[in-house]
Formats: sequence, structure tokens, C-alpha cells
Amino acid sequence: MSREMRLERQGEQLDPQGHQEGDPVGDPVGDSAGGQIRLELLVEGLIRLAGISVIVIIALIFFFLLKEGLPAFRQVSLAQFLGTRWYPIEDQYGILSLLVGSLMVTVGAIIIAVPLGLVTAVYLGEIAPNWQREILKPFIEVLAGIPSIVLGFFGWIVLAPAITRLGAPTGLTAFTGSLILAYMSLPTIISVTEDALYAVPREYRDGSLAIGATRWQTIWRVTVPAARSGIVIAVMLGIGRAIGETMAVMLVTGNAANIPELGPAAFFEPVRTMTATIAAEMGEVASGSLHYSVLFAIGIILFIITFLINTIASRLVGGNGTRRRGGQL
Amino acid sequence: MKRGLLNSIMATKQVIVGMTIMLLMLTGCSSGSQSDSTGGEANRAIQNKGSDTIVNIALAWAEEYRNVDPSVSIAVTGGGSGTGIASLINGTVDIANASRPMKDEEIADARSNDIEPVEHVVAIDALAVIVNLDNPVSKLSIDELSDIFTARITNWKDVGGNDAEIILVSRETNSGTHVYFLEEVVRRGEKDNSDIFAPQTLLMPSSVGITSEVQRNPNAIGYDGLGYVDQAHEKVLAIAKDNESPYIAPTIETAKEGTYPLSRDLYMYTAGEPQDVIAQYLDWIFSSEGQAIVQRLGFVPLETEE
Repeated sequence: MSREMRLERQGEQLDPQGHQEGDPVGDPVGDSAGGQIRLELLVEGLIRLAGISVIVIIALIFFFLLKEGLPAFRQVSLAQFLGTRWYPIEDQYGILSLLVGSLMVTVGAIIIAVPLGLVTAVYLGEIAPNWQREILKPFIEVLAGIPSIVLGFFGWIVLAPAITRLGAPTGLTAFTGSLILAYMSLPTIISVTEDALYAVPREYRDGSLAIGATRWQTIWRVTVPAARSGIVIAVMLGIGRAIGETMAVMLVTGNAANIPELGPAAFFEPVRTMTATIAAEMGEVASGSLHYSVLFAIGIILFIITFLINTIASRLVGGNGTRRRGGQL
Repeated sequence: MKRGLLNSIMATKQVIVGMTIMLLMLTGCSSGSQSDSTGGEANRAIQNKGSDTIVNIALAWAEEYRNVDPSVSIAVTGGGSGTGIASLINGTVDIANASRPMKDEEIADARSNDIEPVEHVVAIDALAVIVNLDNPVSKLSIDELSDIFTARITNWKDVGGNDAEIILVSRETNSGTHVYFLEEVVRRGEKDNSDIFAPQTLLMPSSVGITSEVQRNPNAIGYDGLGYVDQAHEKVLAIAKDNESPYIAPTIETAKEGTYPLSRDLYMYTAGEPQDVIAQYLDWIFSSEGQAIVQRLGFVPLETEE
């Protein structure tokens, strides 16, 4: 956010400079100055168009989802839609089990990935000597580049049998999915958190150390709280990555539309996520059928969930964060 | 350092781009892009899609047919019977493979799109019920299978096995094999029976998904087309139709005789009576040459007239 503001400010500064250089020289260059202004207007227009097109595309996607998904509610009552049994070939469209499945896998992934990512970022940003950082950073970036289906395959071949050996009745469980998703959202969480830590002004650390705080106290009481807003963004981006992931989850969670019984073993039962359901069943539906509409209705639910996560994130980051960043400039 | 944030922004952008592409593809499907619109003499390419049970036979046929008539190219894809039939209804394939007959509502959907599906039985398959090699159970009746897959029986010791929880493994609901198993086993072939698979059933996106889970999980039970089963890695159960009937193991012979209770027809559906290229292809499939390939892949061939 602060970067955008800085860019804008630079843009404003560039404009008057152009005039100042052009004017004193006089007429011969006047034409080219006019050309420059026209060019700038054109570029400005293009940039504006790009910005608006993003909004238009998102609006179109949302309207498309609504158009295809809402007809489902003409035939499926809301109570049915929130039922527990998902068995589309018998017209049972209860998405509660899918919702629970998605939430369990995502929450599990966040519980694993956030502490791990946060600690890794703190180590990289605050503690590790330069040479270690030079080695570790590229590896984390490579981690982000592994295609999700490859991770899913790894989960299917390696993780699932390992979890069976731990005593679970089957290795295809919510926990297996959480592990894979945690691994997938780690690079995002680490990079963004590290960025946020980097943006904390050096003076904060110096001041803290100067009043006698230890390095540990400086990190956990000063640097990390100061980078709070960035860390929230990191976590939210991580959640976004986790809840939307499809193929890897489809391979390792067992896809049983099953609501696990509450208890410590709940994460070791198979679940079916909303994304995997759409992916697995999209191909079989005739367009316009009830099943087709219901799959789009699930799409609407997913859209609303990610929208809520983003809104909460920007609220949390909101005024507080920008003021702190403003101060640092 | 700055690259970190940039990367994450790029990642979210990719997600958005991906979503847009996906939605564009979906709209493409819904508007019914017609691949067979060229029609007549010009159409030397056949689009063939559907059942994963049939996909291996269909691929072998398509390959072999290149030697018979090199001017025809046949594109074969799997995805499940439901997927193939949906594509036929949407007019995007010439031949849909299905391991179950089309449902009445699917036929109605097709007719409302001006497509008259025509059914052709192209081979016979025996559905094998498989367990892990270490499982002591070697035979079950249809009644027991129904109780197991609806979770009325949840422990192997109730059917003569170890004291362990039964792990149910099935295909996804878009699979014709899933529907066949639902009707013939879970519902024991009774029309008014509305039993369905227990919610804890693992739904696998492919046939190989089932065999590999059964191979590594000592308490798993699943089902697959006979052509997919490798008796060296998983155990095939003998099945009895009811408590008085003998237990019969699935083989090509018992399926052909009809003594094995879980044998079924495999279908190809065309949009309307098959014309020129597609008709020739189907005729060749029914010939002894085409049916020899069925036998070679472990499925049960039709009786040929020659």
C-alpha cells in the first residue's frame, strides 16, 4: 500500500519537472512538451483502464456465478442446502459436510503453517547471518514454485502411508490435506512476513536495544508488533492459498462427504472439500441442470468466504498500519 | 527482499487469471461448442470420451484402427461415464463411452438439445470386489457387501475377518461403475431400495486410486473393472448372489456364462444413428478383430457372428 502511495507521489513530482525543463527553453521544444503531455495522458488513461478492467472482470465473474448458481435455490431449499448429506446422483445437496471439510483442512493448515512461517521469517530477517539468508531465500522461493499437483502426488505416495503407520485407519485424512496445504502456504507467509519485518525502521530496534532490552525482547516486543499489519496480510494470503487449493487436496483427503465426530481423532478422518467437489463433479454435469447450479452455488460460497477473509484483512490492517508506515517515510 | 512481496502479489494474480480462464472455459462449455458440426465426408476425426472402465479398450481400438483406416483419427479421453454422457448431451463428442445405461433424465436432456442418443453394447465387464492381500476374507455375499458399503457392518470380524474397522473405497459419483455398484450391490438390485453409500466412503477420482489404496491399506475394500485388477497385488473376492447361491470368482468364463453376479454390459452412445466414418468404426469394433482386443485387455468379448 505504501509503495503505491510512493509511486503516486513520484508521478506528481515528475509532471512539474517536465514543465520546468520545457518552458524556459522556449518555443522550439514547446511542441515536444505538448507531445509529452499527450503521451502522459495516454499512459495515464491506459493505467486507469487497467485498473478499472480488474474491477469489471471481478464484477463479471461474480454476476456469472450468481446467474448460474442462484437458480439452484429454486429447487433446493436453504435448509436442504445446509444439510449434512452430499450425494448428488440422488439429489441430496447438503453442503455442510463440504463446508466442514474445507474449514478443517484450512484451519489445520493455518495452525501448522503460521507459527512455522512466522518463526522462519523472524530467523531469516532478524537472526540469520547474511550468508545463511543468501542460501535459504532461494530455496523458499523454489518451494513456492512447486506445482500443487506434484505436492499432492507426494502426499498420496509418501505422506498417506506414513499417516497410516501412525495408527489412522486410512492415510487419506483432513490432516494429510492440512500438511500439504501448510507446506504450500509457507513460502507466501514467510516472504510476506519477512518483507513486513524488513519495513520496520532500524531506529525501532536501535532504540529498544539502547534502553537495555535483550535481542529476544526486541524481536518479540518491538519488531514483530511493529510489523503486525504485514504479518496479518501474510496470514490472510496464506489462508487464501489454502482454502482455494483443489487438486492436491483432492488426492489426499479421501473425498468422503463425511462430518468427523468431535474429538482429537477428528483430523484423522477423511473429509471432502468444496473445491475438490467442484473439480470432481464439474465434468459430469449437463449444463443448466440442478447439479450444475448447485456446483456454482458452492462457488458463490467460496467466493463469499475469500471476500470475507480479504475484508477482515484490510480492516485489521486499516488505519493503524498505514499511519505507522507513514511515520517511517 | 522486495521480491518476496512481488512474488506473493504475482501468485494472487495467477489465481485470478486462473479463475478467469476456468470461468471462460465453463462458459465455453455451456454455450455448447460443437465439435461434430462439420459433419459428413469432411469429418475424419472422431471425438470419443467417457467411462474410465472403457478408456483402455477405447484407446487400444483407436490405435489399432489407425492400421485399418489411417485417414480417420480418433481422440479418446476418460473422465467417467457421467462426463462422457454430459459431453454427448452438450454436443461436444461423437461417441460417449459408458459403463452404465443412460438414465431417463439424461436421455430427456439430450433430446431437449436435439440429440437422439443411440445405444451400442460393445463389450462385457465383470466387476471385481477387491481387498488387501493380507485380508483373510476371501468370499462375501451381495447381502454382506450391501451391509458393508452402507456401514451396517463396520468391522471385518463380523464377516469372518480380523477385528479391524472396514475402510470403504469407491469411485466418484461421475463413474458408471459407482452407479452400477450402487444399484446392483448396495441396493441389491431392488428398484424401491434407497440405500446409499455410507458417508465415510472414500471417493477416488480414478480406478488406479482404488487399487493403490487397497494395495497399501490392509482393511480396505473396493471394486474395479476386471481389466484393472492385478491378482498379484490385490485379492479378488468370490461373490454369491444370495445366501443359497455358490460363491463364484470373476473370470472371463464366469462373466460370459453369466454365473458371476456382477457382470454388466459396456456401452458406446452416438448422437443419432451412426453415419459413415463412425458407423464403419463401430462395425469394426463388433468384428472379431475388435473383440479380440477386448479379450486381450482382460474384459469379456461379445459373441461375434463370424
